[in-house]
Amino acid sequence: MNGAEAIVQILLNEDVDLIFGYPGGAIMPVYDALYDQQEHIQHVLARHEQGAIHAAQGYAKASGKPGVCLATSGPGATNLITGIADAQIDSAPLVCITGQVGSTLLGSDAFQETDIISISMPVTKWNYQVTDAREIPSALAKAFYIAKSGRPGPVLIDITKDAQFQELDFEYEHCESLRSYTPEISPNPEAIEEAAILINEAQRPFILFGQGVILANAEAEFKTLIEKTGIPAAWTLLGLSALETDHPLNVGMLGMHGNYGPNLLTNECDVLIAIGMRFDDRVTGNLDNYATQAKVIHLDIDPSEINKNVKAHIPILGDVKVTLPLLLDKVKLNNHLEWLQRFHDCARIEQEKVIAAELYPSGDVLSMGEVVRIVNEYTNGDAIIVTDVGQHQMIACRYSKFSQSKSNITSGGLGTMGFGLPAAIGAKLGAPERTVIAIVGDGGLQMTIQELATIYQTKAKVKILLLNNEFLGMVRQWQQLFFDKRYSSTEMINPDFQTIAKGYQIPAKKVTRRADLEKAIIDFLDYDGAYFLEVMVGKENNVFPMVPSGAGIAEIRLE
Amino acid sequence: MMINGKQEFTITAYTENHVGLLHRITVVFTKRKINIESLTTSESERDGIHRFTIAVTETEETVSKVVKQIEKQIEVLKADFYKKNEVVQQELALYKIPTKSLTNGIEVERIVRKHNARFLTIEKKFVVIEKAGFRRETKALFDELIPFGIHEFVRSGRIAVAREEFGIGQDVKQLLETTAY
Ligand SMILES: Cc1ncc(C[n+]2csc(CCOP(=O)(O)OP(=O)(O)O)c2C)c(N)n1
Repeated sequence: MNGAEAIVQILLNEDVDLIFGYPGGAIMPVYDALYDQQEHIQHVLARHEQGAIHAAQGYAKASGKPGVCLATSGPGATNLITGIADAQIDSAPLVCITGQVGSTLLGSDAFQETDIISISMPVTKWNYQVTDAREIPSALAKAFYIAKSGRPGPVLIDITKDAQFQELDFEYEHCESLRSYTPEISPNPEAIEEAAILINEAQRPFILFGQGVILANAEAEFKTLIEKTGIPAAWTLLGLSALETDHPLNVGMLGMHGNYGPNLLTNECDVLIAIGMRFDDRVTGNLDNYATQAKVIHLDIDPSEINKNVKAHIPILGDVKVTLPLLLDKVKLNNHLEWLQRFHDCARIEQEKVIAAELYPSGDVLSMGEVVRIVNEYTNGDAIIVTDVGQHQMIACRYSKFSQSKSNITSGGLGTMGFGLPAAIGAKLGAPERTVIAIVGDGGLQMTIQELATIYQTKAKVKILLLNNEFLGMVRQWQQLFFDKRYSSTEMINPDFQTIAKGYQIPAKKVTRRADLEKAIIDFLDYDGAYFLEVMVGKENNVFPMVPSGAGIAEIRLE
Repeated sequence: MMINGKQEFTITAYTENHVGLLHRITVVFTKRKINIESLTTSESERDGIHRFTIAVTETEETVSKVVKQIEKQIEVLKADFYKKNEVVQQELALYKIPTKSLTNGIEVERIVRKHNARFLTIEKKFVVIEKAGFRRETKALFDELIPFGIHEFVRSGRIAVAREEFGIGQDVKQLLETTAY
């Protein structure tokens, strides 16, 4: 067996049945080996390596399994970088395999040689270059183990072309531990004891939950904890869908475009319990006046997150799947009805000042919020919503309803425009039984619009919902609010998206009037296959509430 | 000495011997625009385990965050940081000066003796003097040798061991004994 065949064999050993990629010279032996395994491994040919890697990310998020992505050396490998950086900051398990020029050519500026190991170093959890086929099994075994374990992340294995051709005696063993890497941390019982005391004595405790809950598959443990303690809980963008939207203790979204109550009351709680979240600056605003009054309990699997941005009075290191039940044992049955009422009061204010007009606008102009509202009515919160980046992302996350976990897929930490469409393809392939809706803006869509061809080729039944405001909306909003309405390079003269969709043989519809909206959404969801629905929305609508950048969260603006 | 809350720290990391790890570790600093004053890698007391010694002047908070990021790298076994008084440290300096400065009297020999330095080699055209010590000590010798003409000067990075019976080396030992590769 040669190195390339070994790679394919390892994919089978790791239960990989679907991969994403794009071929080229330095990875051709692997593609050749894949040819013999088409029945067992489906290869999704994207139309750009960035599309392939975002699809792998979407697949990983929807399925909980690592996404695997193949690319050739040089430009193939560098085209992966945005997605790798996105996966690193959003903790998505990915195994990227890149071809590399022959080992004797390394360092000679050979055709399509780039030092992808150095380039990817700051944005990978781990990476490694293989120059000898005999290293392939151990390197890939480590790659899968590292990508999946602890706080997940992307790894990259760069394999020289000669190593792909080289013969080896194949033997494969899964990697289950590494002496220099401790992904599982045993919980500290004292910290749990102290945290429980703090929680039991708290008058106004508040829970912030992030993606850690989802990555740990600890949604049930989490819910039991909040229900036992009666503590209101708010989510980060990536924590969304870990707790169903309609849960009485779900008080909404944190951060820059989050809900009014969760932001305002972060600065009034007495105990702040952060679960699997990392106090991103989009969540905290100015740290100097962030929750300074509160005692902070921080549960996280990654020791480097503790005290990184917000000082934890009680850090609880470990997998929340393990630590939450320990905490649950020690906390009292309780409720905080008056405190919860404060959130409801804020929600009422926000409803009157922001939400009502967004979901039920009075004028003729369609709003993004009303589109999302009608989608909710017909999906009952069962769809996977994948978004791109911008105003539509914030509206989709604020207003979509979710009844099950792993249902919101978005580029949080990196805010990568172009993420939505390919990630939705991956999500659909990773969760084929679920409805997958890509909600995208006209700007971001055009960054990876070529992936419509991937939909056409794979027949992935992705629903594409374009909220078209003919602007780079989010940037325009900032220009309006903070740069005197000087709309510098944010207005877009767009192509006819209907024609484009048709070119890719995807049924398409455009809605400009409210009267046609509901019917169009019903058709969109009912159609058995990919569908492209474009809704023309208010060109200069804004997303509120908003915490201006640099301000404290309590300075949240409702208009 | 503290300037803007910054002080001298020595960071020690025990690692696997892996190509590219040096880059991975320096990325932790460059990402935060922290200047590495010196970085030394060498073998450690454990077979196959490498040791990084990194000198920085930073706030304690920054250093503690940086150390966590270093320890987070897959091939790093353990990392820790020490204040100046918590380590026994040393640097080595070499000075190359013309041999003729020796023939013009005993001044150079007197200086070398005074500084507890030594002649490493005396060649026909040049001599090399070696001095181990703190930064200010090697600098003091440098200043005194200036009048004789210094052809070349080099100082090694800081090396340091913890001022306690066992440093994190003990944790590393335990780790290696309890976990398979
Ligand atoms: C790759 C990339 N480039 C630039 C940005 C900056 N940016 C953030 S939101 C945004 C506008 C997005 O416009 P559009 O896709 O039309 O969505 P909208 O905000 O109008 O909903 C831009 C340019 C980004 N996030 N990602």
